[in-house]
Amino acid sequence: MHQTRAWTAGAAAGALVLAACGGGAGADGGSETVTYWLWDANQQPAYQRCADDFEAAHPDIDIEIEQRGWDNYWTGLTLGFVSESAPDVFTDHLSRYPEYVTRDLLLPLDAYVERDELPLGIYEEGLADLWIGEDGHRYGLPKDWDAVGLFYNKDMTEAAGLTEEQLNGLTWNPEDGGTYEDVIARLTVDDNGVRGDEPGFDKNNVRTYGLWLEMPVDYNHGQTQWSMYAVANGWQATDRNPWGTAFNYDDPAFQETIAWWKGLVDKGYMPSLAAQTGLESPDQLAAGNAALITHGSWMTSSIFGYEGLNAGIAPTPVGPTGSRASMFNGLADSIWAGTDSPEASWQWVSYLASPACQRVVGEHQVVFPAITEAWETAQEEFAEDGIDVSPFTDHVEDGTTFLFPITGNAGDIAALMVPALEAVMSGRAPVDSLTGVNEEINDLFR
Amino acid sequence: MAVARGVRERETAPRWRGRETGVALIFLAPALLGFIAFYAWPTVRGVYLSFTDYDLLTAPDFSGLDNYRRLLTDDVFWNSLWVTLKYVVLNIGVQTVVALALAVLLHRLTRSTVIRGLILLPYLISNVVVALVWYWMADYNLGIINQMLGWVGIDAIGFFGDEAWAIPTIAGINVWRHMGYTALLIFAGLQTINRDVYEAAAVDGAGEFRIFFRITLPLLRPVLALVLVLTVIGSWQIFDTVAVTTQGGPVDATRVIQYYIFDQAFTRFDFGYASAISVVLFLILAGVAFAQLKLLRAGESDQS
Repeated sequence: MHQTRAWTAGAAAGALVLAACGGGAGADGGSETVTYWLWDANQQPAYQRCADDFEAAHPDIDIEIEQRGWDNYWTGLTLGFVSESAPDVFTDHLSRYPEYVTRDLLLPLDAYVERDELPLGIYEEGLADLWIGEDGHRYGLPKDWDAVGLFYNKDMTEAAGLTEEQLNGLTWNPEDGGTYEDVIARLTVDDNGVRGDEPGFDKNNVRTYGLWLEMPVDYNHGQTQWSMYAVANGWQATDRNPWGTAFNYDDPAFQETIAWWKGLVDKGYMPSLAAQTGLESPDQLAAGNAALITHGSWMTSSIFGYEGLNAGIAPTPVGPTGSRASMFNGLADSIWAGTDSPEASWQWVSYLASPACQRVVGEHQVVFPAITEAWETAQEEFAEDGIDVSPFTDHVEDGTTFLFPITGNAGDIAALMVPALEAVMSGRAPVDSLTGVNEEINDLFR
Repeated sequence: MAVARGVRERETAPRWRGRETGVALIFLAPALLGFIAFYAWPTVRGVYLSFTDYDLLTAPDFSGLDNYRRLLTDDVFWNSLWVTLKYVVLNIGVQTVVALALAVLLHRLTRSTVIRGLILLPYLISNVVVALVWYWMADYNLGIINQMLGWVGIDAIGFFGDEAWAIPTIAGINVWRHMGYTALLIFAGLQTINRDVYEAAAVDGAGEFRIFFRITLPLLRPVLALVLVLTVIGSWQIFDTVAVTTQGGPVDATRVIQYYIFDQAFTRFDFGYASAISVVLFLILAGVAFAQLKLLRAGESDQS
């Protein structure tokens, strides 16, 4: 938001503050302000560094960074759009931007990209094009990517006699769960110290679960919960991606995956829906309630930062298709169509997407920047701290990633799928109830 | 003379009143403006939007009764009404009994203002803080409540994660927060009851229970009616505790009507439909309040 403040002496009442909107930059000796929103507090220091460097190079532009937690981020953004006080630039998510595009809330960037001859080939393959809307225009420049992996408690895997080699070569299938389920069973320990794969295991009194169940209220297409199994089982979420118009939740490849997943709860290897409510899975790993969790690469620093937790990372298991799978999700920076400072906003967005800023982000080793060279920097930084992030980067190098399903109606899909999956996981509804939900979802596109 | 004065009085009275109306309007203006800007206009606009297809970000599009027709077949909506009703019955039922007991105890046993102040404490804490603190205390794995249950040999309870427990838990939290405030309102009502009545009852040899049911309760009825109308309407609008704890889950066990409205409006951009649900909620609440006032004959008192 462009807001220039000028001090004016009032004749009778002393000094008055006048907020004057509009006008050119520097007209009164002030400068243009670009507000920027992001949700991840862990990344704020990196972007503050980028903002400082940017301001040094552009003395007439001020960058104001505001961090808002994920839960309030999107509601705040919606209210900002309605009240015309949204941030000029904000971190955007693939699940949200299609609905903004259809409502003309984002500034198309094509003309700017063309004018400045921005090289789009520097980004990891596929990331830049995720942000081309259904209308053919570009609505964001890629900032980072993430993949999914297994985080485990090393002390627990060692106590269970599992080697890193074993953990790095896990296989999975929906019938018996493969060596992946063997490991999960072995890591589960009941109150008497009996392991899940030993006789006399008491599944009703489990001290440490072999795998943690996480059912977030936000629907991200099973990003870190079940998508890596389902896709390794030959499933794909939509008829085509991006801009699919039919979902495949009626596909046996999906439903048998969910049935296997639910089976872990019945066997006592994974907490029930009621028991998983509350703290998130990384906290449960740190608290010793779980020996293994599935989570995104962006949690690496947080998980390795827990005091008293000796953490390790392993790649997602190889499925019946013969390869691993991980969702490949990328964030981008978008410009609000209602901004007063489109040019300054563009300058900031293109700087955020430049090697200079992404290198800084890479050095802070929180996420993997979108520029290939910059995420390799992040990988080296992690390695220096003794953290091997190849379980994530291998997915990119081996081409075993699949894209986040980009479709319209994301809000409605979430509202249908979250309760439906919870009903299945709590045992209230059978897995094939998802076929009916799939019908309802596909009706949204008809 | 008398006649002439009478005539003059009759002449001046309307002029007097006219001036009074002007002054009254000036004094009423701030409240009236507030009422129009923050109550009347939003209500009218909300009713209008309920007949439109409106996504908050583009202009509303008139759609007639579509939203209301959709309501009739929306299972999630009917479920949310049922869930909210369960919450209200539990919340108000327990809260009223507890608050009444507290108020009578305060009235009969103590004159200490410190104790009266203490029971009001939970009400002074913000809803969100109360909800979060209880959320942590009642956590399945790490919460202190389940730990204490464990000491006495009771299995952990999924207070927020179990479909059967979620609504009673949330109702309980709000009972805890509101009982002191409700007790204080009832206590104020108790103080209006003439002490002579109690003395007369004591002389006649009536016991505490007999006094409570034959004297306190009947004489308290108008205040109790008002308190019930206020708390029931507030209870129907349960939102914040759900928003910071279960967010509607597990499955749809805590998808109360206000949360469903919020969900439709702000995460699904269906403001027209959200407005239609709001209108229905408004009608329900108006009906509930009217029925309560009628049934409890709030305008009359048994005390002469």
